[in-house]
Amino acid sequence: MLELKQLSKSFGGRTAVDSMSFSLVKGEVLGFLGQNGAGKSTTMRMAAGVIEPDSGDVIVSGHSIVSDRREAQRRLGFLPEGAPLYPDMTPLDFLNFLCAAHRISRKDCRSAVERVIADARIGDVMSKRVSTLSKGYRRRVGLAGALIHDPDVLILDEPTDGLDPIQKRAVRALISRMAKDKAIVISTHTLEEVPAMCNRVIIIDQGKLIADSSPEEMAKRREGGLEEAFIDLVSKQEAVRNEG
Amino acid sequence: MKVELHDILTSLRASYLRELRAYFATPLAYVFVAIFLMLVGVFTWEASRFFDTGLADLQPFFYWHPWLYMIFLPALSMRLWADEIAYSTSELLFSLPVSLFGLATGKLLAAWSVAALSLLLTFPMWITVNYLGAPDNGAIAITYLTSLLMAGAYLSIGAAMSSLFSSQVLAYIAGILVAFVFTAAGWPMLVGAISGLLGAAAGDLVAQFSFLTYFETAQRGVLELRALLFFGGVTLTWLALNTIWVANKRAFAG
Repeated sequence: MLELKQLSKSFGGRTAVDSMSFSLVKGEVLGFLGQNGAGKSTTMRMAAGVIEPDSGDVIVSGHSIVSDRREAQRRLGFLPEGAPLYPDMTPLDFLNFLCAAHRISRKDCRSAVERVIADARIGDVMSKRVSTLSKGYRRRVGLAGALIHDPDVLILDEPTDGLDPIQKRAVRALISRMAKDKAIVISTHTLEEVPAMCNRVIIIDQGKLIADSSPEEMAKRREGGLEEAFIDLVSKQEAVRNEG
Repeated sequence: MKVELHDILTSLRASYLRELRAYFATPLAYVFVAIFLMLVGVFTWEASRFFDTGLADLQPFFYWHPWLYMIFLPALSMRLWADEIAYSTSELLFSLPVSLFGLATGKLLAAWSVAALSLLLTFPMWITVNYLGAPDNGAIAITYLTSLLMAGAYLSIGAAMSSLFSSQVLAYIAGILVAFVFTAAGWPMLVGAISGLLGAAAGDLVAQFSFLTYFETAQRGVLELRALLFFGGVTLTWLALNTIWVANKRAFAG
């Protein structure tokens, strides 16, 4: 469903993502982990077609993001970091706008909006301006937007950031429900969430993939679980770099 | 080709409706229309001394349009892309299966619609001259049409400038500066100075790039193909630049 092929991107001579390759099939929920500045957001933005890679490609359900961008993006839902939304719009206007952008007919849009309202639990704020919503609600509206066209692939950058524990649980439950027939990539800083949401983990450092396994296997690497394993892996990479 | 056109039209419609709603969801459109109408009135009645001319025509009203557009229309277009960059909604927009040309056109048309509404609301001027005398309404209609086309050209410059900045203020200043070049190039004082320095041919050449030159004929009630082509060409050129600059943001964004 999602395949990253030798994806690379540099900014001003600094390599942000270096030949990143992995693929995801239906039912996989990937926790995409790394330190700040490791290249997670850049990779996700390239995978979503927001920025163009310097080299490499992303294939979404058989369509290349480089040569067939729009067809690839029709099969992909993206929640950017911070869930940016138009402050002057209501969630209903926003979802209708996304329906139009995805070429969803007015009739189908109505049922799609009802579906995502129920999924993201935003029914009580549909007629309020986005600028008046709490951070948690904004994120859920963003998530609803990413789901409006029922995509094959979901790319979620920090989907639970800013949510209270109850909202986090609701989002995790939603992701688990959707996981059956989608491929999902989630970037998060909250490592405790990973075993609850993901069945696969990739850790990147300085734009390179350094580990790829299940959360359970990753946690077994070090006493102290996933967090210790993550710190251990990243520290080793830093040590190698310092020696070099 | 058919798919591309469909994508452009879908993106255009989505973007047009969103932007139009955004204009009227905030006080921007209302304030713009109100100030524009007030200043048009002040310049027509006071600065041009409308009642002293003794003529029942709208020349004193149309005379100020290029200058008012130069100042006001960049204020209408400054938010079109600058806000997308400032609020990071460009991230969301670029992840959608949309045509950038369609998006840019939809945004331009939304701003153009607000400008058209402002122009439409100047109808009391037309009623006034018809009450006072028997003006050539055909000529007035031609001038209105050309003025609307000229507004599109000014807006396309402002929209393109907006795609270069994340600050509305900078987008506004840049929009005014470029619009000023396209306006003042036909200003008789400037044309005279250039002609004096570099010869009459140079003055004429510079004047050919000015909105004033083409709008001046329209003010006399003459519908010229070259004026239509000029304003249409300027609008399309800046629209194309706008699309290219936005596409570059996708390619080189940090």
